[in-house]
Amino acid sequence: MINPDRILEIENLTINFDGFKALRNLNFHMETGELRVIIGPNGAGKTTFLDVITGKVKPTEGQVRFKGRNLRALSEHQIARLGIGRKFQTPRIYLKLTPRQNLELSCNRDKGILPTLIQKTPVAERRTVGGLLETIGLVPKADIAAALLSHGEKQRLEIGMLVAQSPDLLLVDEPVAGLTDEETYLTGELLTSLAESHSIIVIEHDMEFVRQIARQVTVLHEGSVLCEGTIDEVQSNPRVIEVYLGQPQEEPHAAA
Amino acid sequence: MAGILDGLFNGISIGAVLLMAALGLAIVFGLMGVINMAHGELMMLGGYTTFVVQNSFKNLGESWFEVYVFAALPIAFLVTALVGLALERGVVRFLYGRPLETLLATWGVSLILQQFVRSVNWVLAIGLALFCLLFFGGLWFISRRADFPRIRGGVIAILLPLSAALTFLTGKILSGTYKLAVTKPWFGAQNVDVTAPKWLRGGLVLGSLQLPYARLFIIGLTLLCILGIYLFLQRSPWGLRIRAVTQNRTMSACLGIPTTKVDALTFALGSGLAGIAGCAVSFLGPVGPNTGQIYIVDTFMVVVVGGVGNLLGSIIAAMSIGAANYIIGSGVVLPILGSAASYVASSEILKPLLSEIIKSVTGFFEFFSTIPMAKVMVYALIFGFLQLRPAGIFPQKGRMADG
Amino acid sequence: MTDDVGSKHRQGDRKRLMEAAVVLAIVLFLIFVMPSLLTAVGQSFRLKLLGRFLALAIAALGIDLIWGYTGLLSLGHGIFFGLGGYAIGMHLKLQIPPGELPDFMGLYGVTTLPWFWRPFYSFPFTLVAIVLIPSLLAGFVGYLVFRSRIKGVYFSILTQAVTIIFFNFFNGQQRLVNGTNGLIDFKTLLGATVSDPKTQFGFYCCTIIVLVAAYALCRWLTSDRFGALLIAIRDDESRTRFLGYDPAEAKTLVFAVSAALAGIAGALYTLQSESISPRSMDVASSIEMVIWVAVGGRATLVGAILGAVLVNFARSLLSEQFPEIWLFFQGALFLLVVLVLPNGIIGWCRTNGHELVLKLLKRSPIATATYPSLEQDLDVQQERRKLEPKE
Repeated sequence: MINPDRILEIENLTINFDGFKALRNLNFHMETGELRVIIGPNGAGKTTFLDVITGKVKPTEGQVRFKGRNLRALSEHQIARLGIGRKFQTPRIYLKLTPRQNLELSCNRDKGILPTLIQKTPVAERRTVGGLLETIGLVPKADIAAALLSHGEKQRLEIGMLVAQSPDLLLVDEPVAGLTDEETYLTGELLTSLAESHSIIVIEHDMEFVRQIARQVTVLHEGSVLCEGTIDEVQSNPRVIEVYLGQPQEEPHAAA
Repeated sequence: MAGILDGLFNGISIGAVLLMAALGLAIVFGLMGVINMAHGELMMLGGYTTFVVQNSFKNLGESWFEVYVFAALPIAFLVTALVGLALERGVVRFLYGRPLETLLATWGVSLILQQFVRSVNWVLAIGLALFCLLFFGGLWFISRRADFPRIRGGVIAILLPLSAALTFLTGKILSGTYKLAVTKPWFGAQNVDVTAPKWLRGGLVLGSLQLPYARLFIIGLTLLCILGIYLFLQRSPWGLRIRAVTQNRTMSACLGIPTTKVDALTFALGSGLAGIAGCAVSFLGPVGPNTGQIYIVDTFMVVVVGGVGNLLGSIIAAMSIGAANYIIGSGVVLPILGSAASYVASSEILKPLLSEIIKSVTGFFEFFSTIPMAKVMVYALIFGFLQLRPAGIFPQKGRMADG
Repeated sequence: MTDDVGSKHRQGDRKRLMEAAVVLAIVLFLIFVMPSLLTAVGQSFRLKLLGRFLALAIAALGIDLIWGYTGLLSLGHGIFFGLGGYAIGMHLKLQIPPGELPDFMGLYGVTTLPWFWRPFYSFPFTLVAIVLIPSLLAGFVGYLVFRSRIKGVYFSILTQAVTIIFFNFFNGQQRLVNGTNGLIDFKTLLGATVSDPKTQFGFYCCTIIVLVAAYALCRWLTSDRFGALLIAIRDDESRTRFLGYDPAEAKTLVFAVSAALAGIAGALYTLQSESISPRSMDVASSIEMVIWVAVGGRATLVGAILGAVLVNFARSLLSEQFPEIWLFFQGALFLLVVLVLPNGIIGWCRTNGHELVLKLLKRSPIATATYPSLEQDLDVQQERRKLEPKE
């Protein structure tokens, strides 16, 4: 039953918000090391899907297993410590802290309260943070308040925080919303290089971008999986086209 | 048994007062996320307004006095609504989105209001009116100039001390000429008593029970208030706007709903309800500068326990808190325990088993059988309850807006 | 990279040394110069007040920790202050021949010492109790509240209810703790007469030393990663969960530490004012503590100390002059601080103060503030490079 190669297994997942089923009988699994893109029209349940994996919403029915372990009884921070990191739709970084502090917070290896208090930030972690600041291009702004960063820089910082956390599974919610074409391309490169050592789930609307990074695509519709496959398979699937456009013969990316 | 029913009835009438106050608080909190620490003081103002109205009707004659209650209610509503409006326009609107700061600022207002009713006299009242006239009138006069935004800071810097000095001088002259007639406080620090008209005294006799008319009146008043608020919110155009803003402020603003007006109106409405509650409180006992402090925490508890923005939850919470306070505090349980003890003592089988337990239970209730100690127990119970249901009796469900 | 990290370290060390030197200078000034200075201007009674206010500053540090840094507005710190005060007060009331009861108990016909008084015969136990009772209570309440994710104004309202529980209890139990009157009329502590000026000067020095220790503790808590975590919890609590931190743990710890500081402050204040009554644990005095921090500047430790001393001196001056209308001033202070000076005195100095000083000194128009390190901004550099070929 439990497959050790699968980092994430979701079985018969249903989420019921007072009668409204945000997810219904959803089945999903992904292998370790995979980069998976999830697309779907608004209201398909994409964000709720991430909420369930990170423990923000508890399943009404069904279960979520991460590395073979059922996540139901765990709270958000315990799930995060197991190795699931999340980037939010709009950047949620700490505006009053500096980028360096933001990174140091997520880089911390032992997130219990006493170790955080008693241990000084180890030199190795300081170095990791220094390296990350270079990667995301924020060295000159490392020690000013993050509130002064531009939108693109904030997006980069949040991805940096996610990397600093070095989770086994990265959940990335719309990483290129509001970015320029160039920044979008760079973010794509970053994600593909991360995929070499991590498992990643990306939620995105921008079909250009999906085409750049995607190997396997899952389409969600009305709370369950509509189809799965490579980007070309998905784009030519008549049901997907119907869902996105209501009529056949047009490319789905027009809806992005 | 009659004792319990009596306690229940009295508790429910206190709960009714709490409910009226909590209704206003909950509307304001639900709409704007504002905790108004001065809500209790608005109740107190309602009580004082009733006192003033009562005195002026007394001067009109006996027959007028019988109906003063019906004048006092709308006047109390109006006075507190106006004070609430001033509070919203002057303080709260600058602090939207910062609930903890609002809490501190409204606490400051509550201190000022408490001291105000203690030391208000003709000099203070005239001075206040004069100051407002000079300062805001002057500001209004100058604000018609085209270059007002540029010189605003300078104008305030001149106008403020000028009008303050003029007010101070007037006050000095007034108190110098008329002496005690104008410097004697209207109410002073003592509590004032509101006498109910004849038809509210006495009570309805039901078997061995006597239900005081005043309390029945309060319960009726509360029902009327709930009905009025319900109809206003559900049926009137402004009620629709208020509900719209409660659910999605930004979207409502985009649709052309004047959100600032809605805020002001809601705050005034909530404050007005506090005024009516204050009026009701004045029939239950004397009103003093500290009246607000007595009720405010209970009112908060009603909102927290009931669940924010839930009418039914508030009703249940108010009734149970009121009843629990009264039943534990007045010690009506003790005679029952006493009779239970004597029953147990007479029975040979139960005596060894239960008499010790009953004795300790009696001791326990005796310890808490004063009003302040009852509060200790009720709050402890509420604390326990919130461990089971942190979001109140009827929590709001759904995809939460925050992370 | 290593050099960079190392030099930052050395810079930090130098800064810390400077700070320690400044603190030491202030301490020496307060202990050796202040008494004779105040005597010289004929205000020596103010020294006693200063001692009390410095004790209150310790409580203010605790409030700053929990409100300024962690964003929890506690309306219950009066309890912890009062518990510390009652702990030392009970020890002082037990400085009587064995077998006798504290004087007030006779009035209410109490014949045996209540059980919870007994341990307070011992001075070491009392010292431990001053720290431990408030922090255990806060830890318990905090654990329950934070575990069920009650936050924001709900937390404030609940702490208010807890305050009333304790106030009503201490106010109502004449037989156990002398009710409204509280504990007064202390005789000796460790053999020294409490009201003796020399003993009082000892308390004054003791307060200063404890204040410095409390300051150091708070500095340690708010520096490095833990300080960043507190601010992170204040600004976006749920996000810290997804980073793998448990905010409930951190908040409980900080709440307990800040309660312990309030307890210590209460004990030192009680020693110097020679009385403790339930009034110090009501809601009003709890909120008052918050305003000290707000006046000084939240999330700045110096601000908390400064605010506590300033507001209380203003209070003692004003309430001497206008005893009736002190509440007007206090209410106005709340409004003023929240509406006009949201970052307090220190915060205002940091943003506007130095510009104002520059303006006064040099009388030159201030240069417009620029975006920080514009020259180093990568985006700006990039844009410039793009523009260059065209020129």
